[in-house]
Amino acid sequence: MPFSRCLFLLLVLLAGCGLPDVAVAPVQTVPGTGQPRNFPAMRYALAGNPPDAATFALGRRLFYDPRLSSDSTVSCGSCHQQFAAFAQAGHRFSHGVAGRLGSRNAPALQNLRWKQSLLWDGGASNLETMPLAPLTNPDEMDETLPHLLAKLNRDAEYRRQFAAIYGPGAIDSYRFLRALAQFTASFTSANARYDHYVRGEAGGVLDAAELRGLALVRQHCQPCHATDLFSDDSFRNNGLDRRFPRDSGRAHITRDGRDAGRFAVPSLRNVALTAPYMHDGRFATLPLAVAHYAGGVQPSLTLDPALRRPDGTLGIALSAQEQADIVAFLSTLTDADFGRDPRLAEPR
Amino acid sequence: MKRAGLRTQLFNPMQSLKVSSLVLSAALVAALFTGCKKDKDATPTGAGTVDIEFEHTVGDVDLDLTKSKAAYKTAAGDSFRVTRFIYYVSNVQFNKADGSSYKVPNSYFLVNEANAITKHLALADIPTGNYNSLTFTIGVDSARNVSGAQTGALDASNGMFWSWNDGYIFMKLDGKTPPLTAGAPEGGLVFHIGGFRKPYSTIRTVTLPMPSGVLLSVLSDHSPELHLKADILKVFNGPNPISFTNRTGYTRVIDTMNGANPGPNSVAVANNYANPAAGMFSIEHVHAN
Repeated sequence: MPFSRCLFLLLVLLAGCGLPDVAVAPVQTVPGTGQPRNFPAMRYALAGNPPDAATFALGRRLFYDPRLSSDSTVSCGSCHQQFAAFAQAGHRFSHGVAGRLGSRNAPALQNLRWKQSLLWDGGASNLETMPLAPLTNPDEMDETLPHLLAKLNRDAEYRRQFAAIYGPGAIDSYRFLRALAQFTASFTSANARYDHYVRGEAGGVLDAAELRGLALVRQHCQPCHATDLFSDDSFRNNGLDRRFPRDSGRAHITRDGRDAGRFAVPSLRNVALTAPYMHDGRFATLPLAVAHYAGGVQPSLTLDPALRRPDGTLGIALSAQEQADIVAFLSTLTDADFGRDPRLAEPR
Repeated sequence: MKRAGLRTQLFNPMQSLKVSSLVLSAALVAALFTGCKKDKDATPTGAGTVDIEFEHTVGDVDLDLTKSKAAYKTAAGDSFRVTRFIYYVSNVQFNKADGSSYKVPNSYFLVNEANAITKHLALADIPTGNYNSLTFTIGVDSARNVSGAQTGALDASNGMFWSWNDGYIFMKLDGKTPPLTAGAPEGGLVFHIGGFRKPYSTIRTVTLPMPSGVLLSVLSDHSPELHLKADILKVFNGPNPISFTNRTGYTRVIDTMNGANPGPNSVAVANNYANPAAGMFSIEHVHAN
């Protein structure tokens, strides 16, 4: 039996004896390890990298450590802020080292255990190796894996933390990536007001406008923003442009012209927190993003069929009132607990 | 233990001397039991080791990374030199004439011309018997391309993992070629071959027969050695001959011939080096030891 559990039992026993309260550290728990009732099964299962408090804490430290970048100025947390569902608030593009700008909007990081692929073009297949993309991208953290590992190995506290978990030996890419994944895998967001509503829990009340918005989302948006994850994890062209000279999206990975202009369907969870919107952050507000589907969809060969109406017109017919109702509903997907869970915050 | 091993020990005293007395007595005890059996066709159940040595050549010449300028010539007559040659060998399998085979579990190796140790693979626990061919994958199977953090040969810090379109680089062949115009700097040759997704999968599995009339005899008490040759010229020759002067179909990055990233160029190169008729790899000879 792990020491922490023994300690917990001991405390319970002591408490049962009616002893006065003693000052003890709170029992450490790893967030985000539960399976929400309204979610499908996890893809990055717990058994593959069993969560434990020490590894989670180490992953958290790594996530917020700017030394992971080449000039020690940019951490994962620089562009993935907790209060913005781990997107970056107010930035179309995020700043990498030396003020360099990337070319895509930093996506929200949430419910990553359930995702089949990561990044806007799906170029990363596994939560553990995904961080290698921003770590090595010259416009983001611009670091090399060997150099990064050398830095970690020079830090006595990191050496002690890694050794306590993985045993003696140098900090290698396996240990580094597995620890980091314990933190990013913990970003489960499943406690929005909408969740309480669908699970019939206390506080799960939606007003009239929100309920109208929910019905509209189910009718018009859920072919793509499917399930209670609010994404079907597919790649689609939602009609932002007629041509894709600067960023072909999924086609960048597959080299297939049929994928030109297709990008990963983002979840709508916490969407009220993650402005600006789309892979290039072109829409500054949620009403503008919703209005795009009503009146801004552009034709192209790869435009998603769901955005072509039988009469040949494009987009989704939505009145101004309906758009407002959808925006009202989307606010019920905001998970305040997730945004302020102190266990996910930058360690102090 | 099996009779074959014992026979060798009995008839080859020099070999027996190498075997510790403990192992020898264990073998003798086992042999006594085996000897009592009436079934003469009993399959040997022991295991032995096999060493595989890689020799890298350019045609018939040994590869030398320190050679300067126009050290080698392709079949098309283009001069070049080589600065780096690294590749994955995985899922090693030994085959018998009767169609049965033994796949070495968890076999992933990164062979690097610049690091002599990596050109020697020591394989243990190979079931005894006579094998007539060797099968392996040049590269990494698709499952391991998406399995997350890994160790050893598959450690992402070996510089053989693409991050933006993830997956392993199966082979890196880098070099230099004389400039297209006199006085200009040398051109770069960058062949980074990888990709596991259809239709641009470059996972290639080759089966190499033993040299004519030779079987790989795995016994419990010796370590036969397979000498494999990897001829770099075959990267540029085969179904898709590659010319460094006529670079049609390749991305020109300054004067660099760039066959990197998953895509049709990688597939063309993989189809050269894994050409079933005349690919890069062949078994040169077998030392029975």
